[in-house]
Amino acid sequence: MSSPRGTGHRSVRLPVPPTARQLWRRLVSMRTALVLLFLLALASVPGSLLPQRPLNPPKVQQYLATHGAWGRFLDRIGAYDVFGSIWFSAVYLLLFASLIGCLIPRITVYARALRARPLKAPRNLDRLAENTALSTGLDPDQAAARISRALRPRWRTVVRTEESGAVAVSAEKGYSREAGNLLFHVSLLVALVLIAAGRLLSYEGSIVATEGSGFCNRPISYDSFTAGRWVKSGGLADFCVDRLEKFTATYREDGTPAQFKADVSYSEDLAGPPRHAVIEVNHPLRLEGDRVYLLNHGFSPTVTITRPGRTPVTDTQAFLPQDEVLTSEGAFKLPGRDGTKDDDLGLSAVFAPTPVISGGVVTSISPQATNPVLAVLAYTGELNPGGQPQSVYSLDQKQIASGKLKQVGARNLAIGQSMTLPDGTVIRFDGYRQWANLQVSHDPTQARLLLAAILMVAGLLGSLAVRRRRLWVRVAPPDASARSVVWVGGLARNDGGNFSTEFQAIVAELAAVLGAGPQPDTVAAAPAAASTAAEKIGAGKD
Amino acid sequence: MAIDGGLASLSESLWTAATGTYMLAVVAYTGEYAFGKNGRIAQTSAVQAGAVQAGAVRTDAAVIGAAAIGAAAIGAGKPSAARQPALVGGTEPASRLSEPPDQPGHGTGSVEPDGRGGRRWGRAAVGLTLLAAAFHLACVAIRGIAVDRVPWGNMYEFTLVVGLMATVAWLATLVKMPQLRYLGLFVMMPVLLVMFLAGTLYTKASKLVPALQSYWLAIHVSAVAVAEGILLTSAAITMMYLARARFERIAATGKAPARFAGLGSRLPAAAALDKAAYRTVAFAFPIYTAGVIFGAIWAEAAWGRYWGWDPKETWAFIAWVVYATYLHARATAGWKGNRAAYINLLGFGAMTFNFFVVNIVISGLHSYAGLS
Ligand code: HEM
Repeated sequence: MSSPRGTGHRSVRLPVPPTARQLWRRLVSMRTALVLLFLLALASVPGSLLPQRPLNPPKVQQYLATHGAWGRFLDRIGAYDVFGSIWFSAVYLLLFASLIGCLIPRITVYARALRARPLKAPRNLDRLAENTALSTGLDPDQAAARISRALRPRWRTVVRTEESGAVAVSAEKGYSREAGNLLFHVSLLVALVLIAAGRLLSYEGSIVATEGSGFCNRPISYDSFTAGRWVKSGGLADFCVDRLEKFTATYREDGTPAQFKADVSYSEDLAGPPRHAVIEVNHPLRLEGDRVYLLNHGFSPTVTITRPGRTPVTDTQAFLPQDEVLTSEGAFKLPGRDGTKDDDLGLSAVFAPTPVISGGVVTSISPQATNPVLAVLAYTGELNPGGQPQSVYSLDQKQIASGKLKQVGARNLAIGQSMTLPDGTVIRFDGYRQWANLQVSHDPTQARLLLAAILMVAGLLGSLAVRRRRLWVRVAPPDASARSVVWVGGLARNDGGNFSTEFQAIVAELAAVLGAGPQPDTVAAAPAAASTAAEKIGAGKD
Repeated sequence: MAIDGGLASLSESLWTAATGTYMLAVVAYTGEYAFGKNGRIAQTSAVQAGAVQAGAVRTDAAVIGAAAIGAAAIGAGKPSAARQPALVGGTEPASRLSEPPDQPGHGTGSVEPDGRGGRRWGRAAVGLTLLAAAFHLACVAIRGIAVDRVPWGNMYEFTLVVGLMATVAWLATLVKMPQLRYLGLFVMMPVLLVMFLAGTLYTKASKLVPALQSYWLAIHVSAVAVAEGILLTSAAITMMYLARARFERIAATGKAPARFAGLGSRLPAAAALDKAAYRTVAFAFPIYTAGVIFGAIWAEAAWGRYWGWDPKETWAFIAWVVYATYLHARATAGWKGNRAAYINLLGFGAMTFNFFVVNIVISGLHSYAGLS
């Protein structure tokens, strides 16, 4: 990074705007990362408290309608699509930059540290938070060799002979802590990239398919289709769900659902033979790159409409469930003769799988179909004057309100029953089929993202479970009685674990390999020298 | 297999038994807290005797606590606990740890200044906690057998599991650091509240709706429940830390600690509590992370996308980021100590919000709570 700072103006004592390098430094500092993380959490909060367009657009409309200027203000700042808003992306991107900026130097430092030898022993081991002294009959070199050998499986050790003739062993362990931390952050970085790529490369199509019908994987086949910016509309995988053969809902005695399953036949490429599959909740059909999910289900009643002097028309329409017991609403639309304006016939209907009728209103009391009833309101007039796309689940309420669609009959029909309108039209409720809401999802980054997530957890475990420790042992030259004093000092470089207990275990092990006993005089002396807690080196974390 | 009504009602009786026993345990912990060596009465008499010097940071409180527990460590047969080094400091002369152990049959349970009465209360409290935990475990396990599935399919069951995890975390803490026993009141009280809460969320034993019929229920929810139980403990420790840190700050100014002597003086050193709070988060965080990832894997199988910013997912993300912030704060100059502690509590707040408010008030795909 080059800094655009000029040379001539340094003496001017004005508040100098920070240079690019200073800004960068600030961005990659731990404190900034902290603040950005906090902002990220904060920025997510409205995403759960306000209705969100990508999840539930009608709820947003409703909120806007009832909250006036405040609602519109929220709309302007993108509060109904928090996770797609500029400010959320800004925090996300800054954090991303900060993460990169912080990782690069840390990786180089770590690479250097891996090659570095453990530090020289400090002069006074008895000033370390953990220290003790032993005595041994071995000479310093022998003792150091044994210590080094005992520690080596888990510690990186170096033996140095000091000027005084003492031999010091420096040992360090827990290198994988930083490795784990770096692995975590790098995997996190990769995960963030994959998530972003996934949003650009994924698509999702949803369709309500009634038993007997099917669809192919083309944007136009779907009731709704959303795709990332990098999805080419001709580039969807070639497969078709040829038919929803059968949908089965099983219920328990208490009426709660036990199982939903959709039997489908599908073909993975247009040439191949159709195959059979069962799709269940939690068990999508997994094809090469695409998955087909069962998300919802409902009923599709069938009626036969016979208008005087015309061919009878049989129609099956999916109805939308209004409650848990599948009281469903829908519509049948039958255009009139060509060129006429008020000859259309529309049925607005409620389907109740297990009906109760009170005060003329039909509702359902169970999602299981037993003697279902279709409550029909029949209208004639003009269904769709503008020719615009309309909901298939309802008649246009504006046409009804303006009188362009007139109610000409109303009846509750059981299967096989029919009603006759004043003009002689006969409407018969033939029966029902079931529909399944199938969703096709495609996201080519998923498998790699899962791998990144696994590495993140692995990195975390390494980082948070591994203990970084330093240990020094100094063996002084033998005294008159031919015994050497062995000073041991240890330092915990992070807070995990209980270093005091670990240290005692290490000392016990060293005492065993040295055939040593405690050194009576020094043991008494050492704690006294070290007892002022404030003076201790690295009592906590460094 | 149908639901076994007999076992289901047995499980409900066990809830009553566990809750009643927890209540007794809380009473006993209160007794220890009041009459024990670190207890209110012992402290008051110590203050009267002028033993508490203003300005002295009494880390030795915990050391005495360690001694007091001596042979009385949970499970009785753990004499080695007496030699367990103190949590705090670790620099105190070893002789202080070798107080004579409890003499069975001695004492009348009366309040004695050396806290022997407190010790009896404490032992009773741990015994009752173990009994309550056994009832609690049986309650959860039998519920699972009754409904023939994992026993965390709705909020009632999940709350029971989180409570059980918190108790287990506390008992595990006691095995490692028996000297903390006198703080049991502050852990068992929340657990008791959790039990009552489960009672208010009670849901009849029932099978799972298809959306929950997945082995990911067992994996995802258990990981999250374990993490939340541990993080609950961390939040409790953090609150003690804040009380203690405040006490130490005031003590350091040399002013009479009269107003804060109450709680602060009887807690372990702030540095030790801070470390304990960190360790619990460090333990729980990877589990929580894995739990959220399991959730994403399940969401991919159930809903067709691994992440959809459903309110539940959003708050899981918020809580995760806040705990990540906490871990960062613990490594950032100027953010250690109190600030980090508040972030820890904030993380716990986000997690609790996710559990109660999001389940009960905000509707989303995750509305499995079984409440209507
Ligand atoms: C995307 C946002 C980030 C998240 C979610 C995150 C998460 C975490 C977590 C969970 C830890 C604790 C576990 C461990 O030690 O490995 C941690 C530690 C750490 N992070 Fe981050 N991090 C983020 C960004 C950053 C950035 C931008 C920096 C650089 C300034 C950074 C520097 C560190 C350091 C130095 C540690 C070690 C702390 C210690 O010694 O305990 N992190 N991070």
